[in-house]
Amino acid sequence: MNWINNVVRPKIQRVFKKRDTPDNLWVKCSNCGEMVFHRDLITAYNVCPSCDFHMKLGTKERFGQLFDNGEYEEIAIPEVPADPLKFRDQKRYPERLKDARAKTGRNDAVTVAHGALDGIETVISVQDFAFMGGSLGMAAGEAIVVGAREALERKAPYIVVAAAGGARMQEGILSLMQMPRTTVAVQMLREARLPYIVVLTDPTTGGVTASYAMLGDVQIAEPGALIGFAGPRVIEQTIREKLPQGFQRAEYLLEHGMVDMVVHRHELKATLARTIRLLTHRPGSALKQETLPATRPNPPAPVA
Amino acid sequence: MLSYLEFEKPIAELEGKVQELKTLAQEDPSVSISDEVAKLETKAAQLLKDTYSRLDPWQKTQVARHPNRPHFVDYVKNLIQDFTPLAGDRLFAEDAAIIGGLGRFRGRSVVVMGHEKGSDMETRMRHNFGMARPEGYRKGIRLLDMAERFDMPVITLVDTAGAYPGIGSEERGVAEAIARSMDRCLGLSVPLISVVIGEGMSGGAIAIAAGNRVLMLEHSIYAVISPEGCSSILWRSSDKTKEAATAMKVTAQSLEELGIIDRILPEPVGGAHRERAQMIRETGDAIEEELRGLDGLDADALRRQRREKFMAMGRLGIS
Ligand SMILES: [Zn+2]
Repeated sequence: MNWINNVVRPKIQRVFKKRDTPDNLWVKCSNCGEMVFHRDLITAYNVCPSCDFHMKLGTKERFGQLFDNGEYEEIAIPEVPADPLKFRDQKRYPERLKDARAKTGRNDAVTVAHGALDGIETVISVQDFAFMGGSLGMAAGEAIVVGAREALERKAPYIVVAAAGGARMQEGILSLMQMPRTTVAVQMLREARLPYIVVLTDPTTGGVTASYAMLGDVQIAEPGALIGFAGPRVIEQTIREKLPQGFQRAEYLLEHGMVDMVVHRHELKATLARTIRLLTHRPGSALKQETLPATRPNPPAPVA
Repeated sequence: MLSYLEFEKPIAELEGKVQELKTLAQEDPSVSISDEVAKLETKAAQLLKDTYSRLDPWQKTQVARHPNRPHFVDYVKNLIQDFTPLAGDRLFAEDAAIIGGLGRFRGRSVVVMGHEKGSDMETRMRHNFGMARPEGYRKGIRLLDMAERFDMPVITLVDTAGAYPGIGSEERGVAEAIARSMDRCLGLSVPLISVVIGEGMSGGAIAIAAGNRVLMLEHSIYAVISPEGCSSILWRSSDKTKEAATAMKVTAQSLEELGIIDRILPEPVGGAHRERAQMIRETGDAIEEELRGLDGLDADALRRQRREKFMAMGRLGIS
């Protein structure tokens, strides 16, 4: 249950920071090593055009992709007690929070928004690995719950795009208690017969996987995403064996019956729309599989 | 043979001396040392009391893991009549890290389950040190279903260092098993009393601890990650366990203040392992009281109480 054992510091985050840099900036794909035009990468929602590697996608960009015309409205999350345990390790927790806020421009790891997805009013929560490893603390838990309540009120489907190294250790037991809290939120949706769909992105581990992120009506994983309970390093240390090829990757989970499908990011929106339409007895969609970057000159500009 | 913990060394010395003198007196009745023995015994008792009245969170962690501390099987042996263990998840395997079954508790038919760590090398291996694989949780879900079907209250005893992190565990979806188990606990239409009897670590603990009432033994601990894990991640060092245990507020006393648990069960002086029978009996009394307190609540009320309680966590006791 930790978020540091998967520290693959999202390279792409650095890319987004340099948003204002000219379009001719090259980005090296961390998977195939190919140099990719920054602009092309943005257009492709951070999927490497040469090897299909799914890099991490920021919150705004994720909302921008999933909501029609990139139009959505963020839902405010009520304040939660900051630093409930007055936690201090090598650094004070409030300082770590401040750094994460400065780095991401977000208040905490989970952001909630509503808008139309293929014309259907939908609530989406996005968990951002860039914010302290996406770790589940009171604020993130509250956001997941707020999203569920919003969906209930709007009688809308709820999509959670999960990414986390696990628990927010600095909130101790209050972090652990977000597991039952968010599970209750999922139960409320289930009782209201509203679709709850989870998109597992790289990486999703720890208490997040052991609660709301594994309780979807439909479980979708992005290609190559690391998904599991214990981090690979912890397992390796425990069993003192080399882990099998592709262990805990999305495809491995599919093979072992743990997710319904592994979906390419460019097909994600169409898949979500189709699934929601079927679950809610709506007519089929006119939405085609997401047009590939080659035929799409510019991504819709997100309107926050 | 009672094992002593590192911080109990001065107590061990005094008690050792008492033992020595007693043996001496037995061998040679002519030496009169009763005064000396009485003095030493008082001193030892006082030291034990003092030590245990101000255990720090890391010391409590060691007490919670004490090899002589009563385990699940001890509670069941002494509190449950007609215990009928039920095995297997009907999907893959039996997992002895979680034992569960039917039994009679003070006159009522109940479902009782919990982690069992084992008490010697052989049983520790058999129970995998209380670290459950997905099958353990899925067996638990099966038992919860049964409890609901036959209208039996559920007692869960929590004592685990966490779910087992292994290849098979992950392949068979231990995260999903934990999530479903917690889900099942939260939605249960019969009373659920959870008692943390030793250590309640991480998802492997909360999976069966989402009860209407959550009780903790005085020196048991409950945390999101072990002090060792926290130390190695946040301090990048293996020897900051005391700092980690303190910072995470793992003790029953802190958790009661934070509104996470409902009740602390006082332990005998020197810890549950010194007066096992007494601890077990008093735990039984507390469970009985708590069950009685839930009598008369119907299925909806029980579910609502449990869900509202967990939903409200983090709103109480925090400034
Ligand atoms: Zn590439």
